[in-house]
Amino acid sequence: MLTKRIIPCLDVRNGRVVKGIRFVNIRDAGDPVEMASAYDREGADELIFLDITASHERRDTVVELARRCAEELFIPFTIGGGMRDESDIRKVLKAGADKIAINSAALANPDVINRCSRRFGAQCIVVAIDAKMVSAGEEKQWEPFVHGGRTGTGRDAVEWAREVVERGAGEIMLTSMDTDGTQDGYDIDLTRAITDAVNVPVIASGGAGNLDHLVEVVKEADADAVLAASIFHYGTYSIREAKEYMAAAGIPMRLV
Amino acid sequence: MIAIIDYGMGNLRSVEKALQKVGAEVVVSRDPDDVRRADRIVLPGVGAFGDAMANLEKRGLVEVIKSEVAAGKPFLGICLGLDLLFEESDEHGLHKGLGLLPGRVELLPTELKIPQIGWNQVSIRKESALLEGIPDGSSFYFVHSYAVVPREESDILCLTDYGCSFVSAVERGNIAAFQFHPEKSSSLGLNILRNFSS
Repeated sequence: MLTKRIIPCLDVRNGRVVKGIRFVNIRDAGDPVEMASAYDREGADELIFLDITASHERRDTVVELARRCAEELFIPFTIGGGMRDESDIRKVLKAGADKIAINSAALANPDVINRCSRRFGAQCIVVAIDAKMVSAGEEKQWEPFVHGGRTGTGRDAVEWAREVVERGAGEIMLTSMDTDGTQDGYDIDLTRAITDAVNVPVIASGGAGNLDHLVEVVKEADADAVLAASIFHYGTYSIREAKEYMAAAGIPMRLV
Repeated sequence: MIAIIDYGMGNLRSVEKALQKVGAEVVVSRDPDDVRRADRIVLPGVGAFGDAMANLEKRGLVEVIKSEVAAGKPFLGICLGLDLLFEESDEHGLHKGLGLLPGRVELLPTELKIPQIGWNQVSIRKESALLEGIPDGSSFYFVHSYAVVPREESDILCLTDYGCSFVSAVERGNIAAFQFHPEKSSSLGLNILRNFSS
């Protein structure tokens, strides 16, 4: 049976791991490849690196990051950040990334999803959606944001998710801007709305503070994978603990 | 020396790095002479079956693979490299494969999401030196939409469940191939590559 995945996310700036809290405060937490290898040994199923280096330097740092990770990582990894077009994406995949994640570039020019999916395969195209609730009540609505959550797009997040899958995205990495950094739990309603709308795997992100949160988003919102940063980076829980906890709750997990 | 066959189907860097990690000497090449000189052959690859066969033919690799395998050289197929071993595939029209093993390649007959992406368990069906040190039921990393349907039951090495039971590994003599990616399956995957290299 296919297992649910735990994916630690590492924000990387100028080759060092940092973690954004509500996209503003950041703290240094080490070397990306070293940290990634430690996660692999502990049983992480996959890793995501988001390069948050200042945009004018990022085209080079993101390729270098992919190259270094490919040397020493023997689990799948995704690289996101700063890729604007097909040529940027090709360079990062060629450097050894298994998948790339795009957000702003996809919203600015959605055709890039079609072209890259055809050329490199849907399995390596992850579209990241950073969504914020814009209408509460019975019929909640969410809007996708770009540029690290600073710029609204005026679009509907559920519609956008459907569109990216039609265009060839192989996975969706869904971050709730409302819960991100709070450690109060994932956004269950948002995640449910997206998993109901699409037939590709959805990675839930934003808000993990304890292990019950991981169980909850899989069981109640049907997430295929859970992404978390702080709870693992600062040693609150180990990956192994998290996986055993989820398995004990009846979720199929890869235990190593 | 292990030859990793480069035929323009996806990134071979991770396969190369993983084999180097377990101490193997490797050459990534599209040159039939390198394949002839190597002690072992690895055929990796992701992408469409038809394009893959066309690329192998264009580069003069079909004949050398067939003759070296017939001569008994150890061969490891990974993902698309497993599919290509069989006689034909119905992926985007009917395409002929290498035909080294009898059987076909078909879309996964599942109600679940396609492609299957993620870690799934293998049930080991027979003894194999390649799986030494691998506990039955271990998980490996899969990314695929199609699966092989061997005609000879004795070729089946592993089965996996994805809303249907499918063949996740085959072995016959010096030929072995996996639907999953050992180079992306952490320490157990590296274990398989180490078994193949030594």
